[in-house]
Amino acid sequence: MRLELKEITKRFPGVLANDRISIAADRGEVLGLLGENGAGKSTLMNILSGLYRPDSGEILIDGTPRSFTDPRQAIEAGIGMVHQHFQLVPVFDVVEAVSLGAESTTGPVATFDRKTARARVAELSEQYNLNVNPDAKIEDLPVGVRQRVEILKALYRKSDILVLDEPSAVLTPFETEELFGIIRGLAEAGTTVIFITHKLNEVLEVADRIAVLRRGRLAGTVEPRDATREILANLMVGRDVELKVVKGPASPGDVVLSVKDLHVRDDREHLAVRGVSLDVRAGEIVVLAGVQGNGQTELVEAIVGLRPVDSGTTVIDGHDTTSWSPRRVSDVGVAHVPEDRMSDGLIGAMTVSENLILDTYHREPYSTHGSLNAKAIAERATTAVQDYDVRTPSIDTIVGSLSGGNQQKVVVAREFSRPVKLVIASQPTRGLDVGSIEYIHRRIVEQRDAGAAVLIVSTELDEVLAVGDRVAVMLGGRIAGLVEGADATYEELGMLMGGSE
Amino acid sequence: MRRVGRALQPALIPFLAVVTAFIVGSFVILVTDFQNLARLGTDPVGAITGALGTIGTAYYAMLIGAIGDPARIAAALNDPTPRAMASAIRPITETLVAATPLIFAGLAVAISFRSGVFNIGVEGQFVLGAFGATVAAITLKDEPMALILLVSTVAGVLTGAAWGFIPGFLKARTGAHEVITTIMLNYVAFQIVLFGLQSDFLRKEGTSQPISKVLSDFVRIPPILDLPAIRLHWGFVVALLMAAAVSWFLFRTTKGFELRAAGFNLNAARYAGMSAGGAIILAMTLSGGLAGLGGSMEVLGTVPQMSNDISSGYGFDAIALALLAGNRPAGIVAASLLFGALRTGGGLMQVKTGIPLDLLFFIQALVIMFVAAPGLIRVLYRFDRTRMPGADPATTEGGVA
Repeated sequence: MRLELKEITKRFPGVLANDRISIAADRGEVLGLLGENGAGKSTLMNILSGLYRPDSGEILIDGTPRSFTDPRQAIEAGIGMVHQHFQLVPVFDVVEAVSLGAESTTGPVATFDRKTARARVAELSEQYNLNVNPDAKIEDLPVGVRQRVEILKALYRKSDILVLDEPSAVLTPFETEELFGIIRGLAEAGTTVIFITHKLNEVLEVADRIAVLRRGRLAGTVEPRDATREILANLMVGRDVELKVVKGPASPGDVVLSVKDLHVRDDREHLAVRGVSLDVRAGEIVVLAGVQGNGQTELVEAIVGLRPVDSGTTVIDGHDTTSWSPRRVSDVGVAHVPEDRMSDGLIGAMTVSENLILDTYHREPYSTHGSLNAKAIAERATTAVQDYDVRTPSIDTIVGSLSGGNQQKVVVAREFSRPVKLVIASQPTRGLDVGSIEYIHRRIVEQRDAGAAVLIVSTELDEVLAVGDRVAVMLGGRIAGLVEGADATYEELGMLMGGSE
Repeated sequence: MRRVGRALQPALIPFLAVVTAFIVGSFVILVTDFQNLARLGTDPVGAITGALGTIGTAYYAMLIGAIGDPARIAAALNDPTPRAMASAIRPITETLVAATPLIFAGLAVAISFRSGVFNIGVEGQFVLGAFGATVAAITLKDEPMALILLVSTVAGVLTGAAWGFIPGFLKARTGAHEVITTIMLNYVAFQIVLFGLQSDFLRKEGTSQPISKVLSDFVRIPPILDLPAIRLHWGFVVALLMAAAVSWFLFRTTKGFELRAAGFNLNAARYAGMSAGGAIILAMTLSGGLAGLGGSMEVLGTVPQMSNDISSGYGFDAIALALLAGNRPAGIVAASLLFGALRTGGGLMQVKTGIPLDLLFFIQALVIMFVAAPGLIRVLYRFDRTRMPGADPATTEGGVA
């Protein structure tokens, strides 16, 4: 075995993060490490990369026990990490970024030997089909390519155990496919790849073996040919999970949201939305599909009043809401689940109960004459936490310390417990685990069935197909196509998103 | 008990920081005690005991200088004449007097920090508030004292608030960074005061110095205790009330909720429909108003007249103080009392041991440094970092940078 982790245990105060976990991977093998957020995947990988020391258990490399006291030793042992958040200097070019910290030098004063470094980068890029231009500047590269630069970085340091932490989280469907190709190539060349994810399809597609973690323990190791999505989900969550969204046919009513010929500019004053017209009716879910950065964000921000409109109109429930303030729009009965919950949806340093009244604190019964009513706020929080199954130690817990799924539940609880006519949710399940995704989808369908008009922005085709009654694909600031949900196929949407008919 | 424990938990690091600073301070006394150091070769035991004695004397002098001399307190209990009483309580009342402007300035800084704006202009707002109060008082000097007090205080608050409003408005409307604008407005404030004090209307008769007419001739905040040479006045009580008011405002009102929300995460506050610009302007105005109130209390209660050195850097000390207090109003009061005690106690220490006052500023600086680097305290006292307040990244994220 190239790499073995034996009986690894790591305890943090109050939490047993890893409880006697044993996994192994051989040369040329792709090991999928599957688990929900908080299952202990990251702790285990931090132990492997020398950031944490295990309380007990050992790491064996080629059968020899090794203990790493700092990340440098792990790198020397051949372990390379590609983190979810890239560690690249934006103003460097690829050669500089890759060789940073492991520069080849020449001459008596050890000047940077760019020529040698460039040659090696080019060679590695060629060898593993990474397709990276060594002279490109990092900040000019798309996210998918930056990730490949991270892989190059590990290879440049002669790593042959490559750990990829949630690598597909930032990629488009096409880029993900490309990444899988690269992973297979690396494995064929003898590299051991550990692929961390919570997405079932991905491990089934790319892994040779799948280790599933649940609450700090190894729930099981399976081979992809013996596994199905259902089996994996069960191992991951510990119960049967409904992977399909259960919903009846839509019964569309009156038009609630009507967008007409809308033009909106982005932060750099470029036109990001170029003439979008779209109607969303009560009792239907319209999904706005498309690769990130095609104007969806700007469109939603314009509808909810966070971004000025260049031209065109938005009408919500009969009111012309074009250029209304966010609060006025929200008061019409618009629930908005923002794209980035930590930066826009929640105040991480405030408590669960405070976050639950972020949009209603100025109203009865939460406040009277400008003074907050602690009792009503606490009651509200207690009910919301129960109704929306938010797993939190208490309502006074700081929201930033909850898991992603529970944070999203707080946002959803807040937005959905007002009287709602229109629901706008951007990437409502991004970064969530299977159990939470199921839950959020169910809540959204409930809103539809209760008669709300629902507009969802999603980049994940699985989600688009699962929840959409109608699908509008956005490309380059326009709607490239509108498809009935029932008729939509993966291929058709993929092509519309990519810009070919 | 657990409740009490939890309430005191945020005070743990500041408390240990203070203890550590005093310990380090004693080393400084030790190595600068040249008399005893000189004897080290000939009489090592004597030198060491002598040096330890110096530390003891110094800190003891500081303590009785700040709180009171037991002998005098005993004398006052035996023979409760006003003179004896006054001499017994003078140190502690002087500590409170010294703490008063610090409390106002500290609250002013804390309210801005809580809202995510960095008001570095508390010094200017304090001085200008005192100036506003002075102008009003001299204008009304023939009116009844109660009226003068009321109007001057209001004038001081409004001037300070206006001086806070300007950078708040500039930031909300044009994005001008408040750190730059408040620092610059400090200079403008000092110059306005200097210029104003040149006028015959305000300047003291028979001098060319920039000092105002003696306000205590016709207006004075009444002392809490009517004893000879006791300066403690009702301004201190106002300061305590303000601390309670700020606490109530921040945690119990919708406006305070908006300020804190905007302070922690401006984006989320906007998404939730709050007005970001409004929060910034309100925070700066309130901050300036509190500083102005502090200035008024100082000029109407503590010092006899307005001059350009009305504030010995209170607005800047307050930044450190707010950091020490974690922007909590109760913490501000506690930290102000500590700083006030250091200032008053230091005088006696200097007289008794010849150790210069600078030692205090040294200790004060160490306290701040240890609070700013909580990791150092954790290492020194071997804390489990995950159990420490502030170990959770989410709780520290929005704090003072």
